[in-house]
Amino acid sequence: MAQGIKDKVAILGMGCSKFGERWDCSPEDLMVEAYNEAMADAGIGPEQLGAAWFSTHMDDVGTGRGGTPLGIALRLPNIGVTRVENFCAGGSEAIRAAVYAVAAGACDIALAVGVEKLKDTGYGGLPMATVGTYIPQWYPNAVAPANFAQLASAYQARHGIEPALLKRAMAHVSIKSHANAVKNPKAHLRKAITEEQCLAAPIVAAPLGLFDCCGVSDGAAAVIVTTPDIARGLGKQDLVTFKALQVVTSNGWELHSSEWDGSYVHSARIAARRAYAEAGIPDPRSGISMTEVHDCFSITELITMEDLGLSDEGGAVKDVLDGAFDADGRIPCQIDGGLKCFGHPVGASGIRMLYEMYLQLQGRADTRQLPNPTTGLIHNLGGQPSQNVCSISIVGLEGA
Amino acid sequence: MIGITAYGGYVPRLRLSLQAIGQANAWYAPQFASRKGTLAFGNWDEDSITMAVAAGRDCLGPDDDRSRVRGVLLASSTLPFAERLNAAVVAGALTLDENIQACDLGGTPRCALAALSQAAAMAQMDEGEVLVAAAESRRTRPGSAQELQYADGAAAMLVGTEGVLAEYLGSGVVTADFVDHFRAVGEDVDYHWEERWVRDEGIAKLVPPAIAAALNRAGVAAGQVDHFIFPTSFRQMGASLARHCGIAPEAVADNLLAAVGDTGGAHGLLVLAHVLERATPGQIILLAQFGSGAQAIVLRVTEAIRDFRPQRGVSRWIARGAEDHSYTRFLSFKGQLALERGMRGEQDKKTALSTAWRHRTALQGLVAGRCEVTGSVHFPPSRLSYDNPPRQDTQRPYKLADRPAQILSWSAEYLSWHPSPPHHYGQIDFEGGGRILMDFTDLDVGEVATGQAMDMVFRIKDIDDLRGFRRYFWKATPARDGQA
Repeated sequence: MAQGIKDKVAILGMGCSKFGERWDCSPEDLMVEAYNEAMADAGIGPEQLGAAWFSTHMDDVGTGRGGTPLGIALRLPNIGVTRVENFCAGGSEAIRAAVYAVAAGACDIALAVGVEKLKDTGYGGLPMATVGTYIPQWYPNAVAPANFAQLASAYQARHGIEPALLKRAMAHVSIKSHANAVKNPKAHLRKAITEEQCLAAPIVAAPLGLFDCCGVSDGAAAVIVTTPDIARGLGKQDLVTFKALQVVTSNGWELHSSEWDGSYVHSARIAARRAYAEAGIPDPRSGISMTEVHDCFSITELITMEDLGLSDEGGAVKDVLDGAFDADGRIPCQIDGGLKCFGHPVGASGIRMLYEMYLQLQGRADTRQLPNPTTGLIHNLGGQPSQNVCSISIVGLEGA
Repeated sequence: MIGITAYGGYVPRLRLSLQAIGQANAWYAPQFASRKGTLAFGNWDEDSITMAVAAGRDCLGPDDDRSRVRGVLLASSTLPFAERLNAAVVAGALTLDENIQACDLGGTPRCALAALSQAAAMAQMDEGEVLVAAAESRRTRPGSAQELQYADGAAAMLVGTEGVLAEYLGSGVVTADFVDHFRAVGEDVDYHWEERWVRDEGIAKLVPPAIAAALNRAGVAAGQVDHFIFPTSFRQMGASLARHCGIAPEAVADNLLAAVGDTGGAHGLLVLAHVLERATPGQIILLAQFGSGAQAIVLRVTEAIRDFRPQRGVSRWIARGAEDHSYTRFLSFKGQLALERGMRGEQDKKTALSTAWRHRTALQGLVAGRCEVTGSVHFPPSRLSYDNPPRQDTQRPYKLADRPAQILSWSAEYLSWHPSPPHHYGQIDFEGGGRILMDFTDLDVGEVATGQAMDMVFRIKDIDDLRGFRRYFWKATPARDGQA
């Protein structure tokens, strides 16, 4: 019986570049920015790194394939660098690989870096994905907003929710994230918005308007992990340790059978159940202090509250509108602005989510610091509702 | 007895307002500014292949077993491929057997009548039933007279010896290089000679001998003709020919110019499919068409006509028209207006032909795989089923195109480049199992919702401008019955 990852690996240091339209920065510059901060935070030298994992999603803009872009950009001391890619959940995959390597005793200290340089495409939004030679012959030339917008149509139908009410709840999701990001100097979009602005914004993919969609940003994030003992040996206190690391990948059931109703993310529910079991959290509503979820679109965040068990099924609209996930709510969500406003450099996002949880748990989140959080949940979703990779990680103070 | 054993037609949903054309071009061609009425034109994803498939489905009905069809003759002057058998694409979409004859015909508007005669000859040689499909999707030059006449449409006739609805009594042909219009290979639009010459020296002199020969072969007197079909955009031309040939004036059939427009090589069969909807047993139908000479065919309606209905039928296709006042949409769909696509429109649409062949059954015919153990339906078919536990190599071909289906989830997006924004797509669930995330077509913004019934249509999936290729697949469209 697997014992799980709980408290076997600690964060030694983290760094995150400023996210945004970094016109003056190459992907290499972004990696260096995140790496410098992480190494300074960890207080170690490059020679102490045992291995590295590198997450980047897009092959065709910016960064390139394989492990060499990271090895060369950071002038790493010829350690093994492995590129991982799992759609938007790639950052969490890099973390998982580094954490597993440390937990296995294969290396003492491991590095995970994620980067994406999206603003060299010449247009807004994510680049069109390449999907092999068969899928384009039958599958729509689909884009992310319309894939996720379908959650709204199915959710409305399943729960009998008025479109206007759902639209208002989705607007609240974005208003909250914008308000949070105002306090985050590294966030891409740092401007508060109003409900009127949200509801009047041009439609991108019905019913999602402009403010229901997250930013497309350049950025990088880095984490250095080690064992709690080594961390203590290096003088670290108030350790943040991993309580759970779960990844669930669709097997086509949602896509091909008629059993899934399209109103939730099947893999997220499985991942949440497994993560709570691994972390030993029987009731997430009392056991989780705060969350960073994959709010690529407002509707995703809304239904994710139900997938994580933080709202009852069909209850997220009310909870969101009641402010349950606002900064001063029951379980604050996207306290750093989330994908919506911190930004979404795809390969870096999973590590960026961890970065905020780490800062919050160590009490280092400046003006956006929450009072005494002990555990944080990270939900990082790659793909789209009917076929995806869902990573759920839980981190917390050692002993929490 | 040899003759037509099933018939069907297809008229695309869009109807371009002639007023919209006239007003847009009034500065240039004021003589057309006051025209009224509409023309049927295809959506951006329709061409002569897709319309022939639609007419073929209308004719053949929803039966899973189409093994009785032993040949396909596809008649059109606007087939998308010069090399690649267009009729084979139609056969694949109709899930016909692979050991059948298939052939493209073209070169003249009367090629569909030639195909009908060939089909009768094939049936006579005991080669089984032959599907004749005719479709047309022509371009015209903006500001031309043809722009106000040419329309898109298709028709299909199944020819055989069992259950004949209209007996093939005989044909008469005149072949002559009378060039009323021509279109050189590689050219987009027809070049026309003077109308008065075409009418007086061409139609008036070449059609009557073909009609006389056909009636003679059929052993039918001109006065016995109950329905005289002669597609032409010359006003009173049909009545004039009827008078000249001794056909009763009331026999002249409505040639659907007002309801549809002139669909060229498809028009003779389209009007025939319309006439057959109301023809009664014993009636004589004379179908004639002009072009590089002329051809005429005589048919006699049988008792069996009472028991046949096409799946939808020309009248109902006509009734579901949706008037469109956007002239630039028409030009764009016809490939005559290069609208800004943005960088997302630069995406390469290259088709891996080896992949297309490997998956031809699924891609052409919308054939899923149904697990014979659990009944679970898979699109695309796969070796392992999604059942728990997965079953291996248990899936058998299972056709989805004619099964009732409805929307599970959907969206309409403005982000990607699409020829007809917003791009609608969503998850479709089929009655009896099967789910596909697929494109929607032929719909208006605000028209779809979860739970709505949808029909499957065979359409252009993507156009590869770089290589001149186009790939086809199926799309969902709101199930409509006689409505727009």
